[in-house]
Amino acid sequence: MDLQLLEKLTQVFGPSSAEDRARELIEGEVTGLVDETWVDPLGNLVAHRKGNGKKLILAAHMDEIGLMVTHVDQEGFLRFTRIGGLSPLTCIGGRVRFEDGTLGVIYLERRDDTSKPPTLEQLYIDVGATSKEDAPVGVGAIGVFVRPLEQQGTRIISKTLDNRIGCYVLIEVLRQLKESDYDLYALFSAQEEITLSGARTGAYRIDPDLAIAIDVTGTGDTPKARPMAVALGKGPAVKVKDAGMIAHPIARQLLVDAAEKADIPYQLEILAGGSTDAAAMQLVRAGVVSGCLSIPCRYIHSPSEMVDSEDVENAIQLLLTLLAG
Amino acid sequence: MNTTDLTALVKQLSDVHSIAGDEIAMRRTLRPLVEPHCETLRVDAMGNLIAYKPGTGDSPLRVMLAAHMDEVGLMVVDYTSDGCLRISASGGIDDRLLPGLEVRVGPEGLPGIIGLEPVHLAKSTDSVATKEQLAVDIGASGKDEAKRLAPVGTRITFATQSRDLSPETLAGKAFDDRAGCALLVHLLQGAPLPCDLYGVFTVQEEVGLRGAGVAAYAIEPDIAIALEGTIADDLPKEEDVSPTSQVGHGPVITVMDRSYAAPPRLVRYLVETAERLDIPYQFKQPGIGGTDAGSIHRVRQGIPCATIAVPCRYIHSPISLMNTADLEHTATLLRAALDGLTPALLQPAR
Repeated sequence: MDLQLLEKLTQVFGPSSAEDRARELIEGEVTGLVDETWVDPLGNLVAHRKGNGKKLILAAHMDEIGLMVTHVDQEGFLRFTRIGGLSPLTCIGGRVRFEDGTLGVIYLERRDDTSKPPTLEQLYIDVGATSKEDAPVGVGAIGVFVRPLEQQGTRIISKTLDNRIGCYVLIEVLRQLKESDYDLYALFSAQEEITLSGARTGAYRIDPDLAIAIDVTGTGDTPKARPMAVALGKGPAVKVKDAGMIAHPIARQLLVDAAEKADIPYQLEILAGGSTDAAAMQLVRAGVVSGCLSIPCRYIHSPSEMVDSEDVENAIQLLLTLLAG
Repeated sequence: MNTTDLTALVKQLSDVHSIAGDEIAMRRTLRPLVEPHCETLRVDAMGNLIAYKPGTGDSPLRVMLAAHMDEVGLMVVDYTSDGCLRISASGGIDDRLLPGLEVRVGPEGLPGIIGLEPVHLAKSTDSVATKEQLAVDIGASGKDEAKRLAPVGTRITFATQSRDLSPETLAGKAFDDRAGCALLVHLLQGAPLPCDLYGVFTVQEEVGLRGAGVAAYAIEPDIAIALEGTIADDLPKEEDVSPTSQVGHGPVITVMDRSYAAPPRLVRYLVETAERLDIPYQFKQPGIGGTDAGSIHRVRQGIPCATIAVPCRYIHSPISLMNTADLEHTATLLRAALDGLTPALLQPAR
């Protein structure tokens, strides 16, 4: 694996609607691997590799979850709201970096009733300010988690593997791809974590025959996990359904056939909560045959998401086999 | 037009009765106000009123402005045995506001009262009667007369008449979003803009942002701006927390709400425009509410959207308040922002 690339991808700033830096990094990586690139009105990056066959979108969202400042109090502490699915439990004691470089520590106010889990409203960010006037960031400022990428055995642990691991897979596919009939559009989408609006509008412009999202999915292999037949290290997961979509059987079969053809381990995925860009893409225009290839990932939306590098490599090979036809 | 005219517009539009799905009274009021000032005026299948005002040709941009015509209200769903009207809500209405209210029922504006037993008979005054427990009394002699006067589906609105509360404070119902409608009428009546302008008076915003999307689909604008009357909850609070917005602090710019996130470059542009003009502005507290921008931004290949609002106290209630300086500043900011809009501003960074 090109861990250097993955490290750059996971560490670059890019929460929903403020994806500029992530997009610039990815555009730099894919220019030269494709025939053309464009950036559309909502900020999606599309890398087009021309082919004579069916129009295929492979979509990986480049936005990450984050937070936005809603209030600065008299002592200079910040209150905030979520950008995407931010859980109070994974915030406490964590650090955030704002777009301008300001660092903050998230902590929890003293509570009289500790029998209930904390709410986001009970958390604050300490940027080291001593007064409202002194605070370096104000209402509307956007921040993301700070946490480095580390490897231990085959496991990779980092912030924002959701979904820079998908971006990594897609970049590697473009790097390694040889012959393909597919007219391939790599869609690095914006705003997945808040509204799925990027994939919807990106796919509208492309008007594809087939669309496959590449994203992370949860697993059922941790203590007292919700039952789910997906585990880390047992291969990429072919989505059957999630909370927002049922994968089209044709798309699902294409992915399964590619795995079996290349003798790649795979798992079938049913995700109880959450969804992906595929849910938006399948409803674009007159409807699009859509599916999703998932990278199993533990602790999604926490600062320490965990994937297995073999699943990642296998996802790349699976997609290359599919593209080779 | 001067400020007096803009406030007069707000008052005129505030007094019109139109809830979601029944915006005909608003269309009838708006038509003569804007028709002389635009090239085409049409109504689409959903009922959106779309006014096209060509620009001077100095800008290649096609701009959509959206202000919703519908207000929150009630609808007749059934009858009590003695001829009162059972109701459901159209849009977000707090049950606590309803008992004792005077309302207008149906297209003829029949007067009605939302009744409640006298305090002498109340077993408890601790709990709030829900919409399901309340009924509108229109003085009908029985169920048959009630059915005849107000068939199922009849719309009910607050009876409030707009007025000046003080020289700089307007009071009236439905400032959400008759404030936006007034700003849009005012702009359409003014001098042509550099860009081509599509002024859209939208339907069914209060029940799920349902109208604006199809209008945007037809228009295919380069950019859209939703015009709103938004929540001002600026009364003193026990804790050190921010209000959603504050009356008297100028136009309210949305960074992110529950329906979408505004492109940061557009937010910056609005801020820079306000600062250049030396007019006050404020950010809407992020993460609250939603506007037509939530459905417009995801249409076709995507449309960059901004949201600008007049701060209004007590919205979604029978009476809301607005500061005339906020209204005037919002109109000034909107006009200046549209005059200076360039294609480069709409391009994501590369």
